[in-house]
Amino acid sequence: MTAGTEAPMVGLTHLSSEDTGLGQRGPQSKSIVVPYGFWLFVLSDMVLFSALFATYASLVHATDGGPTTNQLFDRNLVAVETMALLLSSFVCGLAMITAKRGNMAWTQIWLVATGALGLVFLGIELHEFSSMIAEGAGPQRSAFLSSFFTLVGCHGAHVTAGLLWLGTMMAQIWNKGFKEHIMRRLLCFSVFWHALDIIWVAIFTIVYLIGTLP
Amino acid sequence: MFGRLTWDAIPFHEPIPLITSLVVLLGVAAIAAWITKIKAWHYLWHEYITSTDHKKIGIMYIVMGLVMLVRGFADAIMMRAQQSLAIGASQGYLPPEHYNQIFSAHGTIMIFFVAMPLVIGFMNFVVPLQLGVRDVAFPTLNNVSFWLAASGALLVNLSLFIGEFSRAGWLGFPPLSEKAFSPGVGVDYYLVALQVSGVGTVLTGVNFVTTILKIRAPGMSYLRMPVFCWTALASNLLIIAAFPVLTVVLAELMLDRYLGFHFFTNDGGGNSMLYMNLIWVWGHPEVYILVLPAFGIYSEVASTFSGKPLFGYRSMVFATLAICIISFMVWLHHFFTMGAGGDINAVFGIASMIIGIPTGVKIYNWLFTMYGGRVRFTVPVHYLIGFMLTFVIGGLTGVLLAIPPVDFVVHNSLFLVAHFHQVIIGGVVFALMAGCTYWFPKAFGFTLHEGLGKAVFWCWFIGFHLAFMPLYVLGFWGATRRMQHIPDATWAPWLNIALVGAAIIGLGIVLTVVQLLYSIKTREQRRDVTGDPWDGRTLEWLTLSPPPHYNFAVLPDVHGEEAYWTRKQTAIKQDQLIDEPDYQPIEMPVNTPTGVIVAFFATVCGFAIIWYIWWLAILGLVGAFAIFVWYAWRDEHEHIIPVEEVRHNARERRRIRMEHLHTLSQSV
Repeated sequence: MTAGTEAPMVGLTHLSSEDTGLGQRGPQSKSIVVPYGFWLFVLSDMVLFSALFATYASLVHATDGGPTTNQLFDRNLVAVETMALLLSSFVCGLAMITAKRGNMAWTQIWLVATGALGLVFLGIELHEFSSMIAEGAGPQRSAFLSSFFTLVGCHGAHVTAGLLWLGTMMAQIWNKGFKEHIMRRLLCFSVFWHALDIIWVAIFTIVYLIGTLP
Repeated sequence: MFGRLTWDAIPFHEPIPLITSLVVLLGVAAIAAWITKIKAWHYLWHEYITSTDHKKIGIMYIVMGLVMLVRGFADAIMMRAQQSLAIGASQGYLPPEHYNQIFSAHGTIMIFFVAMPLVIGFMNFVVPLQLGVRDVAFPTLNNVSFWLAASGALLVNLSLFIGEFSRAGWLGFPPLSEKAFSPGVGVDYYLVALQVSGVGTVLTGVNFVTTILKIRAPGMSYLRMPVFCWTALASNLLIIAAFPVLTVVLAELMLDRYLGFHFFTNDGGGNSMLYMNLIWVWGHPEVYILVLPAFGIYSEVASTFSGKPLFGYRSMVFATLAICIISFMVWLHHFFTMGAGGDINAVFGIASMIIGIPTGVKIYNWLFTMYGGRVRFTVPVHYLIGFMLTFVIGGLTGVLLAIPPVDFVVHNSLFLVAHFHQVIIGGVVFALMAGCTYWFPKAFGFTLHEGLGKAVFWCWFIGFHLAFMPLYVLGFWGATRRMQHIPDATWAPWLNIALVGAAIIGLGIVLTVVQLLYSIKTREQRRDVTGDPWDGRTLEWLTLSPPPHYNFAVLPDVHGEEAYWTRKQTAIKQDQLIDEPDYQPIEMPVNTPTGVIVAFFATVCGFAIIWYIWWLAILGLVGAFAIFVWYAWRDEHEHIIPVEEVRHNARERRRIRMEHLHTLSQSV
């Protein structure tokens, strides 16, 4: 980001001041403030997931005589799913680099790839969900399955929301070019997309990996 | 077509809700007609509804909180009347299913739609002014937050006219709140309203933490921020850390109710104690989300009206952050009787008592601030002293309740009801009343009538003690909370005293309205021409009352603690203002209807979900997404205030200040 050349934060032009030694020289520029606020939002999202993880941890053994983790989860399928999501994040990083260089064609290509890999992830997840429901292991079966579908489904809902966001971002970049505020939004999107990876790594470990231990 | 919504949802056969509904509808219609008559819709739309100005948004929050206070108080006085009437053979005037809705609505409304909007309203109005800046970090988001809170409040009030409200208490504990035991729409109203307003609250938290950490006047280092800003920071950090948990636990209950999941059900392996844990992981910090900014208000009041810097500023900051952290380690004291075992109960009991230490630090700081000061006994100081007396007793009964064996005896009794009302009314409500009086001239340019303000204080103070002290007694006698019928006639005298107390509080609320109307009528007598009516010490008193949209023509340069006081004293000593700065055009955020439109879709969508009108819910979601795309497409975010206007306003302010300065310098 080009913090140095940017206009100061909305309505907050100011004169110079003594430096208090802690860098308090007045309001920060928008290129600092917007991602900072977005990080805080991501933090609140992490808290949201931590409550879902706590629920899952409390209820994982409450199977009510129904199927258990070992009977339901398929490590191979989840491995493919995970690869798709992690690759999607990597490609999203490539899109950020090309966007900073102002290369419209490659930015759009990488963003399409980001979305396509996200769709692959979602497709596998939906396949897993539907086959579990078909086997009678739907979320109404037991408290364990309720918490599983909610935790993983909430992540899936975030990915879906991210894909909708990605679509609008692509349209905005195409239409308006790499303006400062568009670049800020793209940065926020990429923060969001990477944060979903972090949550997925925790889901992968706590739900699937531990759940398929012998 | 309309899900479960039929004509039966309108309470035609129940006189109390029906008449209330009609009166409220007539009131709303009358206000709307009046606004039309004085042709104020255009003004309201441009100056308030679509405003991104933090001061206007703050005022809207406070107005909403005060209106909802009347609603919540109406519930309270109905409960007190019922308990005084329904003794022995008499069943009173409220059937159980209605009484249960009233106590649930009372708690829900008072916490979520009175205390929260008032606290957030004050943070909105005060924080950017005290930090010496022009707005919050995300002004549009701020407007959206307000309208989401308003949407939640609207849904709660709709339940009065259409359908019913929850009967499961203000926290909707399962299994009672599950579909099997509460099949109606009441719990759904509760859940949807809190989800909608909860989203708004999280956004507020993000907005204010960003503002306080990243947007301050030059030279305003952390340890130069006024204590109110510190408490606002702590409160908003708690919002970010706690409210997502509320969202999760309510969403899980919704999944149980709507889709047959088994989180908290009695069957399928569900665990209702999981709900208790999760909801109190939010619920206990919530208490501090409310009370920390209240402490901030008391700090401002104590320092200003004692004419002294706040005693122990740094210890105050430390105590605030200590409370902020420890508040996350005590949630289990809300259900010591769950059976977690002696060791766990002991840990949480001790942690709960430890919170008393930083709180005690604060009490001593306020006392030492007043000690040796020239205390002016204004209305806010009345509330400050009333608070210290009341809150210390409330805190002590809290320490009693933190002892697990004692809690086993008095839990779920009127003793508990008396305790939390004592800390919330004595702590939060008194602060909010003090804040209303203290910052009213800054918002509107004239002070409130002092005599009527004192009358309101005495009504609250005497009324509170009459209403709640008897409940301690009854609690010790074994009276449980939420009783629609009183079996023991010997409790009657105490319940009647409590009813009298509630009536006196009611008189206080009436007098508040009288005070407001009388103050508006006689405002010319109490104009605040200087912008500094209380001889203040923080930056909000530097600018005019009411401040211009952009707050400060030039951001103040902060030297030392008490930014404005230092500057004022220098000016008085030298008998001149600082040199006129070089004025520049100011960029300010433009108005936006986004908030209202988002709230419209949230309300429609929420209503549809409550009544199972699925097509409308989907329509609402699609509409909300369309608005998001439309809003994101905009390019114009700011408008420029020309330098001539800034200079003209600033020179006018300097002229007023110079006159004021000469009077002050002569009196030194």
